[in-house]
Amino acid sequence: MKPAPFEYHAPETTADAATVLARLGDGAKVLAGGQSLVPMLALRLAVFEHLVDIGRVTELQGIEVRDGSLWIGAGTTQARVEASDDVASAVPLLTRVTPFIGHFQIRNRGTLGGSIAHADPAAEYPAVALALDATMHVTSSRGARSVAARDYFDGLWTTTMEADELLTGVTFPTWDGRCGFAVEEFARRHGDFAIAGATVGVELDDADRIGRCAIGLIGLGSTPERAGAAEAELVGRSITDVEPDDVGRLAMAGLASVPDDLHGSAGFRLRVGAAMVARAWATASTEARHG
Amino acid sequence: MGEVPVHLTVNGRRRAESVEPRLTLADFLRERCQLTGTHLGCEHGVCGACTVLVDGAAVRSCLMFAVQADGADVTTIEGVASPDGDLSTVQAAFRDCHGLQCGFCTPGFVMSVTAFLRDQPGPTDEQIRQALSGTLCRCTGYQGIFKAVRQAADAGQHGERS
Repeated sequence: MKPAPFEYHAPETTADAATVLARLGDGAKVLAGGQSLVPMLALRLAVFEHLVDIGRVTELQGIEVRDGSLWIGAGTTQARVEASDDVASAVPLLTRVTPFIGHFQIRNRGTLGGSIAHADPAAEYPAVALALDATMHVTSSRGARSVAARDYFDGLWTTTMEADELLTGVTFPTWDGRCGFAVEEFARRHGDFAIAGATVGVELDDADRIGRCAIGLIGLGSTPERAGAAEAELVGRSITDVEPDDVGRLAMAGLASVPDDLHGSAGFRLRVGAAMVARAWATASTEARHG
Repeated sequence: MGEVPVHLTVNGRRRAESVEPRLTLADFLRERCQLTGTHLGCEHGVCGACTVLVDGAAVRSCLMFAVQADGADVTTIEGVASPDGDLSTVQAAFRDCHGLQCGFCTPGFVMSVTAFLRDQPGPTDEQIRQALSGTLCRCTGYQGIFKAVRQAADAGQHGERS
């Protein structure tokens, strides 16, 4: 047995999970699909006295199309997100990004909420949540609250949730109108964490001007990143006047904590990141223009 | 830190055990059920050798605690062949195509491919390669493995047992 000993809790309702977390405080960790947490436990990079398994809390699982948005329960597996027709029509970017997460065996266990609460800067769902202005629904025995994605991610593997709080679900806004979405990643092998990647959404008005755009960046910071300054510069311009390579360069400007390690220097990652943004932008804008 | 009861079905046989929560499903299968066909390579979710089916879904048994499988129906490599010993279509294809060298990774490949072809009976070559990407063969025998999956897929498409 490789992980250190822990006590196991398996609540069956959200309220019970919140009660357990309130009682145990910092010594407890929520176990969702376990595809990131269990390796950390096996390598003893993380040690917890208590694990609170939310796998039996069925109210945390599900996908619902609501007025102008899509709600996904935190405990919903990535495999279910990938296969959902509701997700494909409401938030196509989620459907397209999901196959990049690990391998199908990982996605059978891994959950949407687990990925977002783990807040890995190289992961796919945090980048999409940030880029699309998703809302995180968080609960504790003190009450429920909603947190905007821009206020949620707080550093490497860190969020602004308190130790007694549980992520219950995420709401993604639905874009209608003339939209295009694309994901590009560069990884040495399919399923690896990407050297760099980008998720792009573009919405055009009837005159082919950019009404809004969203550029999420994968593996390009110590926290999930969004190219907000680049987006602001692009909105209002005619899509035909925008060169994808320029979007790539714009999106890399101002990134302050690009990883620099044996998988790639910061400079290399910036060049790869610019290329990924450019490719995703080209694909998304073509889809927005021509459907 | 006490033990926790678990009840699950492994290859059709019901099991009731008391386990430490930190016991992985992989160790449970190998040490409690004596089903040592499930191999452990990396023990942190990278190599795929320990893949089993939990309620039909291919998962890494090293990334799941046995307590999480309470109530589940688990199939290991020992449960793939028919009771009289006839190999499954996937197993036979691995044998026919020399889809194994040392054989250490083979149980993981067979379990993953069994689930993959059930869900995707007519895969493209690209889909097969993606499906195989989650399991590592350190003998690098991927060409034979790929051919085996292609053969098993084609056999399944022609109405044979899979």
